[in-house]
Amino acid sequence: MAAMTTHLDVVSAEESLFSGRVEAIQVTGSEGELGIHPGHAPLITALQPGMVRFVKQHGDEEFIYINGGMLEIQPGIVTVLADTAIRGEELDEQAAQDAIRRAEENIANPGADFDYAEAAREMAEAIAQLRIVQKLRK
Amino acid sequence: MAIGKEIKGKIGSIKNTQKITSAMEMVAASKMKKAQDRMSASRPYAASIRRVIGHIARGSLDYKHPFLEERADVKRVGYIVISTDRGLCGGLNTNEFKEVSKSVKQWQDKGVEVDFAALGSKACAFFNRFGGSVLAAESGLGEAPTSSDVVGLVKVMLDAYSNGELDRVYLVHNKFENTMSQVPVIDQLLPLPKSEEDEDLAHLWDYIYEPDPQPLLDTLLTRYVESQVYQGVVENAASEQAARMVAMKAATDNAGNLIDELQLIYNKARQAAITQEISEIVGGAAAV
Repeated sequence: MAAMTTHLDVVSAEESLFSGRVEAIQVTGSEGELGIHPGHAPLITALQPGMVRFVKQHGDEEFIYINGGMLEIQPGIVTVLADTAIRGEELDEQAAQDAIRRAEENIANPGADFDYAEAAREMAEAIAQLRIVQKLRK
Repeated sequence: MAIGKEIKGKIGSIKNTQKITSAMEMVAASKMKKAQDRMSASRPYAASIRRVIGHIARGSLDYKHPFLEERADVKRVGYIVISTDRGLCGGLNTNEFKEVSKSVKQWQDKGVEVDFAALGSKACAFFNRFGGSVLAAESGLGEAPTSSDVVGLVKVMLDAYSNGELDRVYLVHNKFENTMSQVPVIDQLLPLPKSEEDEDLAHLWDYIYEPDPQPLLDTLLTRYVESQVYQGVVENAASEQAARMVAMKAATDNAGNLIDELQLIYNKARQAAITQEISEIVGGAAAV
């Protein structure tokens, strides 16, 4: 028997990144990791910087990095409204590592107008990007 | 030949103008392509968020957000008017402002006061003269507006709505239908227009919220309004380039006609001068 599927839309302000049938979705919600399978109850949540992992209809996996947004689940349709999003294959590992190093330096020697929350957010974003790169390599 | 020289000078100056207008036409054509791409790129987001908001509006939610509630008596309405920054785009702005004035007049006849938020320098200039208070003005968005450009202005209007200073908010922009036609449209932003679905068909369901409904719906509805305004801005930008292209094409054609006419007059004058000279010579020779 074919696996049950639901429709997933991933859009950012700039473009539509994915639209199609999926078997399972995994996202980072503001309260923690969320796993979504077809038939999930209606839900709205904010999303943290992190990855959207989903299994497409015939078992292929795909990763998309998002830096926050909203998630809505309706019977039969799941919508991810990302602030900005990058496809897994298009992530730049070098840039992410540089960003982590910069953020670490900033936290180690804070300047006069240093914003800890900002630096921590940048670091969390870069770490989330790296995680996707590493997952993809496996 | 005094007449000939005058006409020659006129033809020359019209030719220069024609060169400028035809260059502007080509520039507008290439910019329009880019503006259209930008418009279609942001469409999926606007469509998705509209669908989500549609679900929310239809659900029977525990927490009623003020943006979803229709207010019984309307005392003050707000208009967010998106215009171009530059002129020379035909009747694009004029038609839009005319449409706004008409709608404003209807409200004023009912004794409702009106506030404006102007996006684009033409709207800023117009509504400062128009009367009524301008709550926010923003101009110089350029050809590649970003959604962060509109955030400040949208916040002013949303705050005014939340504080009860405004009971309704409209968005006015030029809708890009195709290259030849752009239509000014007035959309109701707040409160969110009711969907037409039958009440009986709506299921009694509510969302699971993580964490709480209020901040989530706040963010989502604010994001929705921002995305609608942004969509209006990019659509207006595409309309601007299209309207400018058409206006400049018309100007180039008119300049061509004018040159033809002047050329004809010039040729006639030259002919007349030559004829006169010859008849003078002939007359002189006959006299000798």
